[in-house]
Amino acid sequence: MDNKIALSMRNVTKRFGKVVANRNVNLDVYQGEILAVLGENGCGKTTLMNMIAGIYFPDEGQIYKDGQEVVIRSPKDAFALKIGMIHQHFKLVDLFTASENIVLGVDEDGRYNLKNVNSQVSQIAEKYGFHIDPKKKVYDMSVSEKQTVEIIKVLYRGADLLILDEPTAVLTPQEIERLFNVLRRMKEDGKSIIIITHKLHEVLSISDRVAILRKGEHIATVNTCDATESSLTEMMVGKKVSLDIARSQPVNPQARLLVKGLNCKNAEGVQILKDVSFTANSGEILGIAGIAGSGQKELLEAIAGLQLLDSGEITFVNPKKDKPVTFFHKSLRRVKELDAQGSFHDPEGKPISFKGMKNSQIRKLVAADKVLFREDEVMSLRGRTPLEIRSLGVRLSFVPEDRLGMGLVGSMGITDNMMLRSYRKGPAGFLSRKKPKELAEEIIRELEVATPGINTPVRRLSGGNVQKVLVGREIAFAPKVLMAAYPVRGLDINSSYTIYNLLNKQKENGVAVIFVGEDLDVLLALCDRIMVINSGRVTGFVDARTTTKEEVGLLMTQTDRPAQEENE
Amino acid sequence: MSTLTKKKSHEPLVHLVKRGSLPSWAAWLIRLAAIAVGFTFCGLVAYLLIAEGPKKPDSLGEFFGKFFTSFYDGSFKLNAAAARRYNRIWEFLRDMAILQCISLAVTPAFRMRFWNIGAEGQTLIGTLAAIAAAFYLGGKVPEGLLLVIMLLAALLAAGVWAVIPSLFKAQWNTNETLFTLMMNYVAIYVVDFFLKIWVPTDSSLDALPHGKLPVIGNNYLFIVLVVAAVTLVTFVYLKFTKHGYEISVVGESVRTAQYSGINVKKVIIRTMLVSGLICGVAGFLFAGKDNTITTTSIGGLGFTAIIVSWMGYFNPLMMLFSSALVTVLQRGRVTQTFGVKGAYEDVFVGVVLFFVIACEFFIQYKVVLRKRHHADGKEAAK
Repeated sequence: MDNKIALSMRNVTKRFGKVVANRNVNLDVYQGEILAVLGENGCGKTTLMNMIAGIYFPDEGQIYKDGQEVVIRSPKDAFALKIGMIHQHFKLVDLFTASENIVLGVDEDGRYNLKNVNSQVSQIAEKYGFHIDPKKKVYDMSVSEKQTVEIIKVLYRGADLLILDEPTAVLTPQEIERLFNVLRRMKEDGKSIIIITHKLHEVLSISDRVAILRKGEHIATVNTCDATESSLTEMMVGKKVSLDIARSQPVNPQARLLVKGLNCKNAEGVQILKDVSFTANSGEILGIAGIAGSGQKELLEAIAGLQLLDSGEITFVNPKKDKPVTFFHKSLRRVKELDAQGSFHDPEGKPISFKGMKNSQIRKLVAADKVLFREDEVMSLRGRTPLEIRSLGVRLSFVPEDRLGMGLVGSMGITDNMMLRSYRKGPAGFLSRKKPKELAEEIIRELEVATPGINTPVRRLSGGNVQKVLVGREIAFAPKVLMAAYPVRGLDINSSYTIYNLLNKQKENGVAVIFVGEDLDVLLALCDRIMVINSGRVTGFVDARTTTKEEVGLLMTQTDRPAQEENE
Repeated sequence: MSTLTKKKSHEPLVHLVKRGSLPSWAAWLIRLAAIAVGFTFCGLVAYLLIAEGPKKPDSLGEFFGKFFTSFYDGSFKLNAAAARRYNRIWEFLRDMAILQCISLAVTPAFRMRFWNIGAEGQTLIGTLAAIAAAFYLGGKVPEGLLLVIMLLAALLAAGVWAVIPSLFKAQWNTNETLFTLMMNYVAIYVVDFFLKIWVPTDSSLDALPHGKLPVIGNNYLFIVLVVAAVTLVTFVYLKFTKHGYEISVVGESVRTAQYSGINVKKVIIRTMLVSGLICGVAGFLFAGKDNTITTTSIGGLGFTAIIVSWMGYFNPLMMLFSSALVTVLQRGRVTQTFGVKGAYEDVFVGVVLFFVIACEFFIQYKVVLRKRHHADGKEAAK
């Protein structure tokens, strides 16, 4: 490749309030190269790219395209300069076809000649090796196809500089390989490509050079051939980081949560889980792999009592243990059910039966703490609300995907967020903030949560700290089953490893951990077993220690294979 | 490196930059400035309106002097005869208390992001129930008992009026804004209906001889005390009780509420009941104060209350300031001083509130004007 510069940024600075997103960034992109921009979440990668694409305007500094100083005030300006950005979240009209989306917004006199467009789209696709049907509607497309439309859209407009913001986050390993082939062809065609990612092995396999950002500053640009995963990480984080996850062998795994034949529909009436069955064992991390939106969220919510089921069973198995009955004396029905099974006995071990007693008598006995019961083996969670599940004594913790929209209350401080689980305790009517405050202080101390104060709204904390608060609360509940959906999404490397360690510690304490993840490398390194789902159907179980990414990737995309029964 | 030539087009004239956290004193300074700007703007408009009129002031300075004095006079003027001066401040406190009471009523619902704009109707129906009690039972039961019955009737009626939209919201997720708004009109016609029964020939109901509010020192203190108590109770309810906590969680995110096991439907209905009950208190105060009712008894305070609640950040104690401000605006005597049309006062209140609310934008964002041209652009690029 020759050394002509396609784009350069000089001393570009962008501030959001007191936060400096980018400080004095100098960056060059050559023609016909793939430049990877690498950095932790929140280091300003996307902000920097948005300034090139005309979404933000730099506070200071200049941008040069093909040697000319340019002012990019809007995405339209960017297009005129032949700069095209493919955003992480696609911006397509669902009801339109691929071609219609591609010409949308292009200034053309009179009518669009769609036939013409279709053939042009096919030409572009052929040239770079895309697979696309120009007449297919977007709502019928897979994520990968939608991405293809986005890329062709910018090519159709004549872009010679393409920016891809985390294009691989939503793709399977096979789709990633296909995308990379396309990118290589574009490069050969003389186009410049900037790719944002935080997956190191992808950087190493696709890019010519790597620009590393840390805390908004441009640290260095290195040639990919001179870089290794650990050298890149060190530059990204600013210090040496161990990238190993200490995985122990499961100790005495026992079935803790049994899910059988789960079927459910989402709010739009679309079948979202199809005959899902699995078992989560104590002392084990069960990974759930799948393309985003394959039913992971609904599955966890179904277990947590937040999703209506059409059919299926969810059973929680508790280890045998003597316990006072007090915590569910509200539910007499439940007490009577257990009584019929002969579960109750007094502190000396003599059996007790409530048969023939009046309700008030039963209530009295139970309230006096004199009755113990041998916790029964199985409890059905199906059709129970989260509160009922809790009052059954099922210690089920759930770290939902949507941290601030579901797991926490963004406008409240850490103390008040601790109360989400426990506010019902304490004197009638009034809140008691003493214990939640102690818990909040403990979590801040133990998990090193960086916060200006215990009452600072958690919304103002960084993603990693928000997640520490949420996971900390869920673990403080001493769970038997811990479900975590994408717990490291958006977290920097250090915070991610904190979370992995917390999950591992829970596993060693005998908790059944269910981990929904998107990064296959992490799933393979952290979990004991991996369940793969695709379009709401279980397509296989693999041993995380022996499987390969390719095997999991295949299971993630295939649809025809029937659900495998798990061999226990 | 290749040659870099100068840019052709300009950077945008203004662009907006999000601020970091602004110190609270600065935020309050901006809010105060907004009120000042709002006053000045309205003053200028008034000046232009009367420029040709008979009460034309000699200079802008004189005009603004009179203009601001008219607000002071309306609420606090002290130079009249002793008895009158006393009354004016008491009247101000009473008006403020009643506005505060209705504002307190909408606040629990607002904290839940339930946009109850039906306080007007809920209060009116409460007043109607209390007046009905006084109409039918006045003279037949002791005054003290009558007042208790009036209060209970008002609470019941306003509570029911508020709960109806919440039931529909909880059950079928109807739009609460439209629903509560429409309930206002229903309430007006219900009042009309009863007035036709009570005074078929007359146009209005004469003040009833029974069911007057108790006099503590003067006619106003009772109302002020009641509303002070309601303010305190509402504050504690929202801040220190489990119910208040649930309201905040539901308001922030229904999903979070479900996740933590809160029965969202129950909270919606219960909170609207609380809203309605406070409207009932306001309705009772109206009934006991006026001893009569018209379809416009509430006079739009049910809508003004929405703004008071917003400006007080849904905090019952902060709302004391916003209700005081709005009352000063409403009691201003611009009309009498300058002879402009009465509707001007409503416009005035609206404009000042607009400035107060709009200033929140400037607390969030900073406007940056285009800086000098980058003459040094080439050097910087090297």
